[in-house]
Amino acid sequence: MLVLAYLSLKAPSGGFTLEFYGQLVDETVINAYAMSIRISLTTAILGGIIGFLIAWAVSIGGLPRPFRSLTATFSGVASNFAGVPLATAYIFTLGRIGVITALFELLGVDLYKTGFSLYSFLGLTLVYLYFQIPLMVLVILPALDGLKREWREAAENLGATPVQYWRDIALPVLTPSILGTMILLFGSSFGAHATAYALTGGLFNLATLLIGQQISGDVLHNPGLGYAVAMGMVIIMAFSIFIYSILQRRSERWLK
Amino acid sequence: MNISPRTAQVVMKASASTAKDQIRNRFWSWVIFVGGALYFLIPLAATFYWSLRAKKDVLGFEAYRKLFADSNFLPSFSESIVNAITAIFISLLIIVPTAYWVMLRLPRLRPVIEFITLLPFVIPAVVLVFGLIRLYSRPPLLFTATYGSSRVLLVCVYAALSFPYMFRAVDNGLRAMDVRSLTEAAQSLGANWSTILLRVIFPNLRVALLSGALLTFAIVIGELTIALYMAQHTLGPYMAELTRSKVYEPSAMAIVAFAITWAAMGIIQLIGRGQAGQIAGGR
Repeated sequence: MLVLAYLSLKAPSGGFTLEFYGQLVDETVINAYAMSIRISLTTAILGGIIGFLIAWAVSIGGLPRPFRSLTATFSGVASNFAGVPLATAYIFTLGRIGVITALFELLGVDLYKTGFSLYSFLGLTLVYLYFQIPLMVLVILPALDGLKREWREAAENLGATPVQYWRDIALPVLTPSILGTMILLFGSSFGAHATAYALTGGLFNLATLLIGQQISGDVLHNPGLGYAVAMGMVIIMAFSIFIYSILQRRSERWLK
Repeated sequence: MNISPRTAQVVMKASASTAKDQIRNRFWSWVIFVGGALYFLIPLAATFYWSLRAKKDVLGFEAYRKLFADSNFLPSFSESIVNAITAIFISLLIIVPTAYWVMLRLPRLRPVIEFITLLPFVIPAVVLVFGLIRLYSRPPLLFTATYGSSRVLLVCVYAALSFPYMFRAVDNGLRAMDVRSLTEAAQSLGANWSTILLRVIFPNLRVALLSGALLTFAIVIGELTIALYMAQHTLGPYMAELTRSKVYEPSAMAIVAFAITWAAMGIIQLIGRGQAGQIAGGR
């Protein structure tokens, strides 16, 4: 079984011949990669910040205890609530027939006339955030717990303001975990396929959807190009996981 | 003890400011929490609302009735369930002995195994299926020729996808007990390896195995990408098709899918104080 897993994972590189590599410079491919990276960066940074704020609110911010476990459980569910059901949920919320779209219409605003579309960069970002934020909450909550009470007390006794405490102590300690998790988020939306496929029918220009088109062979059937695109994705993903593991080791220095 | 007025003043000011900070913190916490809750609940509420509207002018469960009456729903649902359970069993049979053996005899191999189990995170599903189709669509490894053999391949891939969760769950479980003493005790009572694994190690890992299995189930049950390109009639492709062809049923389907995920994750939380490392899923 491990052999099978190994072989199956090895397969893309089996086609890794340099002659198809040049085709990566094709305009469609470049655009697909650019869009994938743009969405992944946006959702990683936004998801990271919002997820961090939520984790802060339920752990340090002083909300009643039950809210914390509620949030943790819900994050576990929401981070796994992706793919087709998530796309469906958003179609009924922000699609042309969606409830929010209808509410805006009641207020006299036609969302789709203002240039908004669920099937665009902005729409996809909103949808991806639905699993990105919970992912951030799940990973960063334990890190926030690792902030020792003594550090804060020590800082206060030395006359530090809360801003100084966060800027000089808490954030530097947390930075490796925050960055590491954001890289994880980047990878998770970079490799996302099912959600975008269900939302756009596979016609949006994303790297994952491009590979899908190569498989089903509807558009520009060229297996070599598929290999090259796939390989490019693997390299980007491997690179992010590599940085993630370095940062992970870093964060263990203070947070155990 | 003599406290100078100045010190007292500083202390009072400090405590007053922390109290004020706490109130401000709590205020912002509520703002963030309510904002987050709205963001996450509105899509669910909207979907639920649509799922109740299938009959004109009345709210009711018509969409759910239609969904369950659909001739393709139950077959694809049950096929997905069978696939998921088979994958879980394959994964268990491979990961438990491996993790046990690594723990007991080959601790030096741990980084290697950890790296291998991380691979499904690194390789996006769509890349994985691309590679699989290229590899298994020609002799001698012709797997994609018939529906049945594709299905076997699909289940094996699902099992491989579950390795990271399974390994982590089992590894945590093994660390929580004294594997060496248990093994030696069993050995000195004359147990052989299969007895040790089946009657000593497995029962002690129940909680860990259950959470690994449920997590796998939640991820595999609605998996779209791999099943789609292998032309399998499972729940994921069915849901995608439904979204494109029907109006109200997809909302009911999404609610059902959410309920399944909720149930699986809820049980994990209940039994194990939920600390499974959920990094990747069928996105």
